[in-house]
Amino acid sequence: MTEPGRIPELERMRDPALAHGLLGVVRSKAARAREKLGRPVVVMEVCGTHTMAIARSGLKDLLSGLVELRSGPGCPVCVTAQGHIDQMIELAGRPGVTVATFGDMVRVPGSHASLERARAGGAAVRVVYSPAQAVDLAREGAGEVVFLGVGFETTAPAVGLSVQLAAAGGITNYSVYPVHKLVPPVMRALLAMPELRLDGFLLPGHATAVIGRRALDFVGREFGRPAVVTGFEVPDILDGLRVLLDMVSDGGQAVENAYRRVVHEEGNRAALAVLDRYFAVEDTVWRGFGPIPASGLGLAPAYRAFDARIRFGLGEPGPGREKGCRCGDLLRGLINPDECPLFGRACHPARPAGPCMVSSEGACAAFYRYGRRPAAPSPPAGPEKAGRQGGS
Amino acid sequence: MADRDTGEVILLPHGDGGALTRELIERVFLPRFTNPLLQPMTDGAVLGAMVGKVVLTTDSFVVDPLFFPGGDIGKLAVCGTVNDLAVMGAVPRYLTAAFIIEEGLPLAVLERVADSMAAACRETGVAIVAGDTKVVERGAADRLFVNTAGVGAIPAGVELGCHQVRAKDVVLVNGGLGEHGLAIMAGRHGLDTGARLSSDCAPLNGLALRLTRGLATLRVMRDLTRGGLATGAKEIAASGGVAIRLWEDACPVAPAVRGACEILGLDPLYLANEGKLLAVVGPGEAEKALALMRADPLGRDAAIIGTVEEGAGDLFLQTALGGTKVLDLLAGDPLPRIC
Repeated sequence: MTEPGRIPELERMRDPALAHGLLGVVRSKAARAREKLGRPVVVMEVCGTHTMAIARSGLKDLLSGLVELRSGPGCPVCVTAQGHIDQMIELAGRPGVTVATFGDMVRVPGSHASLERARAGGAAVRVVYSPAQAVDLAREGAGEVVFLGVGFETTAPAVGLSVQLAAAGGITNYSVYPVHKLVPPVMRALLAMPELRLDGFLLPGHATAVIGRRALDFVGREFGRPAVVTGFEVPDILDGLRVLLDMVSDGGQAVENAYRRVVHEEGNRAALAVLDRYFAVEDTVWRGFGPIPASGLGLAPAYRAFDARIRFGLGEPGPGREKGCRCGDLLRGLINPDECPLFGRACHPARPAGPCMVSSEGACAAFYRYGRRPAAPSPPAGPEKAGRQGGS
Repeated sequence: MADRDTGEVILLPHGDGGALTRELIERVFLPRFTNPLLQPMTDGAVLGAMVGKVVLTTDSFVVDPLFFPGGDIGKLAVCGTVNDLAVMGAVPRYLTAAFIIEEGLPLAVLERVADSMAAACRETGVAIVAGDTKVVERGAADRLFVNTAGVGAIPAGVELGCHQVRAKDVVLVNGGLGEHGLAIMAGRHGLDTGARLSSDCAPLNGLALRLTRGLATLRVMRDLTRGGLATGAKEIAASGGVAIRLWEDACPVAPAVRGACEILGLDPLYLANEGKLLAVVGPGEAEKALALMRADPLGRDAAIIGTVEEGAGDLFLQTALGGTKVLDLLAGDPLPRIC
């Protein structure tokens, strides 16, 4: 593995001069699009990683009045349905079962508790960084180990490989609770909403790296919306916006690729082969959208033995009880986080009412941590301090 | 490992106050912590009179894992309390040490912890003058918890506090952020980021003394432990009734920490440090403060990272792109993300 922080290509992307130059270009293109529309351009960033990168960079603030950036259904924890979360918590409470999960699932509130609370009450919940670690846990003999398969096309291949590891190693006490979601079906569901008012999309670079740009071509071709596959460094996001805003101004309806160093037309063949081998497309339920046909990944028939739902005889998940938060509206791009009545009051990162306040990629958590603006314009820094920043 | 060889473990009677407790103290603690105030083994230590205002602090250490790259619970227990005293402007003098041990802890583990406490005491010039040992049943504690309390005195003429912070003051930090928090997280979860992540656990009393002695306008210092730089700066802004503006690209973060944070979706400004202090100084002494910090082995990567403005408790972060964000206290432990 390359040492983090020493990827020359990324280091080039972090040159502040590049970002500042692009910001100027984006602002002028945004002003043109705004004038054309007679209102700020409304753009959805579908992916949770974009949401966080945008919030951290302060980009929302810098484009204020020109572009309104809305979060979409691309935070894996956020779109997980309440009924599924309840089943995960129920599994964790069973004797002899250890639930292994990525960290941001731990604090997501279910109808009555969270995995964190279940753990405090004695349930076995282990945070892992990779599904392979969960297989190791099973190999070490920690009873039944269930990995929570939450995530999009980006995460699913690693989970598929964990099944391969377990199958090859004869590890029979490992299983996956599969609630993987697929990006194209939810994009279709979103685009079919009559109340949708979005001028264009920044499409998720990571998921598209797996499925390929062509898999999202329908956004323009069938629904007439411009969209740009975008990377995650600040200059990547600005470049995506630059391409998108031109299309918005000129009535373009294409799905462009502004993340060519990673995303190809046909996607990642090796990852797609893993998905094809270990998973089967199935209907699933999304928070905010309800059931969407053929929008999830369960385990392929040959690997059903690793499906925790079958192993533990779990039935259909219940409807779940939500706590009056507007996560659903948020995930459909209908509101901004601070339009939810619970935001910052009954819902807070330390006491989240919904998943969007938990995950580091959740729109509410990002907005709470980084999105709030200074109440009054703060006085400009002195000249020597502005100099330190290289100007803005 | 030694504990495997001898197989000696700590049992409930080691904490009952009787013969085995005495044996444990005489074998593990006395030879390592030896000093004239501890030696009489009375119920309390009689301290000499101290010159200046006396500062008293306490902290409990429950870190998991007990041993991590860059330190262990023993070094942490000494440095943590020493640092609390140091950033108050006090010269640390005496510590107490209390151990809550889960039965079954290998004796060799306790000896290793005591070794590193003794080393940290020698490095910082403090003495452990009183202590306590309790052993609890398996499951009632997680291997070993340590509490230390510390006493120090503030030299004449040193007066620090958030109330002294004024607009145009300058904010400095003595080095890279987030190293302890990330090293612990990596150790706890077996995270291999392909980079060496080591805790910055270190005693700050030498550095703090340089600043209190060398600066006429040192306003306040803060030990940037849990909650990290952002939480520490926010607390100063709120207590001082001012606004603080940090410049994101001036905040020192080691490449390995930055890389691991990106992979895990964590923010180095909110990760814990155990060898970092934030200092606020008058605008005329910013460069002098920076030079004093950089002259200290624990301040080689020191930087001027922000400024104080008129305000009402807000913490602003000016991003590299030029945007401004409002930062708040840490809310909940940072959680590593899914993708």
